Amino acid sequence: MTNSTFGLQSKKRLRLIFLRLFIWFVGVAPAVWLVWRLLTDQLGANPIEEVLHRLGDVSLVFLLVTLSVTPLRGITGWNEVIKIRRPLGLFGFFYLTMHFLTYAVLDQTLDFEFIIEDVLERPYITIGFTAWVLLIPLAVTSTKGWIRRLGKRWKKLHRLAYLATTLGVAHFYWQVKADTYWPTLAVLLIVGLMVYRIRGNRGRSWPQVLQSRKH
Amino acid sequence: MLIGKSKNIPSSEITPEKMYVNRREFIGKSAAIGAGASLGWRDFDFGDLAERRHFQKDWSKVRSELDEELTPFGDVTSYNNFYEFGTGKSDPARNSHSLKPRPWTIEVGGLCDNPGTYDLADFIKPGKVEDRVYRMRCVEAWSMVIPWQGFSLKDVIDRAKPSGSARFVEFQTLNDVEQMPGQRYSVLRWPYIEGLRLDEAQHPLAMLVTGVYGTALPNQNGAPIRLIVPWKYGFKGIKSIVSMRFLEQMPTNTWKRSASQEYGFYANVNPDVPHPRWSQARERRIGEFRRRPTLMFNGYADEVASLYSGMDLRIHY
Repeated sequence: MTNSTFGLQSKKRLRLIFLRLFIWFVGVAPAVWLVWRLLTDQLGANPIEEVLHRLGDVSLVFLLVTLSVTPLRGITGWNEVIKIRRPLGLFGFFYLTMHFLTYAVLDQTLDFEFIIEDVLERPYITIGFTAWVLLIPLAVTSTKGWIRRLGKRWKKLHRLAYLATTLGVAHFYWQVKADTYWPTLAVLLIVGLMVYRIRGNRGRSWPQVLQSRKH
Repeated sequence: MLIGKSKNIPSSEITPEKMYVNRREFIGKSAAIGAGASLGWRDFDFGDLAERRHFQKDWSKVRSELDEELTPFGDVTSYNNFYEFGTGKSDPARNSHSLKPRPWTIEVGGLCDNPGTYDLADFIKPGKVEDRVYRMRCVEAWSMVIPWQGFSLKDVIDRAKPSGSARFVEFQTLNDVEQMPGQRYSVLRWPYIEGLRLDEAQHPLAMLVTGVYGTALPNQNGAPIRLIVPWKYGFKGIKSIVSMRFLEQMPTNTWKRSASQEYGFYANVNPDVPHPRWSQARERRIGEFRRRPTLMFNGYADEVASLYSGMDLRIHY
């Protein structure tokens, strides 16, 4: 009896290790891909813009996927998935930071006069910058120690991820000239996620919610 | 010379001085790549990368004669805004093979004494085709320096003899989803429309372009014939032109129709009038690292500023 329980546990642990390795692979792949394109001269005629845009894309994808973890868990009942929420969010923050640094260092060559003007006067840059600033305390307090220390307040604080990601989506939408296909998809996703969180399970899994609605 | 400060060059002198001095070499090199290239309208397969490099090497001499470096052929032909083939910068180079620039006809109409439908070859007077190096400044704050082949738009206007009431010229791009797959999506209203005030169109710097780097205009650059108005943002340079009409009223150009608070009819390069979403004070010259300051009228102020005297360029952006 104890043996089979132990076997189940170790299987579970193994699965978790694979899951974490997979997330690391997924998280590092975009960076490797960009460096590879840089080294092989495949970034095109405007490499700074290309890197800037791709880092922005990747960051937003990670942030949206991070927010999808809880709904995914609710819908599928796959509880382990919650364990990869933190690395997903941190990769999102990492790529967002790289996105901002690419803008400040490579695109604007640290000409602060222009950077400050952009952040203050160009609304899409203002909100993008705000999103990054909002995510800094979330990245800092993502550790187990901080979760313990903050208790119930941690959950409240980390709801800022919704605000930051929404600002990120708006930033993405706003800087497009005419082709709003991808930004529109991002909007639909973030709206769907928020509707789910507001109207959704309130701690119960979807099967439970559906069950309760039958009555 | 055109791309430098042209204070001592009269506006009628439209071939860059140094380029002119260097013209024998320029044409010699062009001929050496085997396309009668200074005519700029013969077919040429530019697809092979080795050939692109070959091009650049042949043009290195010209580049060294100029005070601003030419943007390499490979960049000019791989980084394009041409939404008829997709909205990504590399989409036009990838997707524009479906465009058939021959045979090609251009309709000249509207308020003029000499309307007609012309075959491209009749439209281009070979003797008139000349080399000009222009800066190209995109509204997205990047820029290039490009050696075009073509002729003054004025030549065509003079032939058409616009009537006294004509005050504007309107151009249209081909509207054919078979050849332009991007037209399946309504990111913009098709066909693409651009226009100029008649006096702008008659300015000697305004150019109809049939070639670049001594070869026929590649599809992604607007084959077989496009407009270049070097003191305006790049989107004024309508590509793959099929019609030209003289109008009394100001036409609504495509980007203005798409977002009139952001893109106007005039679209003159102006570092002091920001785009509502970004600054136009600086630009990235393709191939350079640090942004450089954007010049008023893209550096052609001496030639064209008088066209806009008395106008508030913040209102007429």
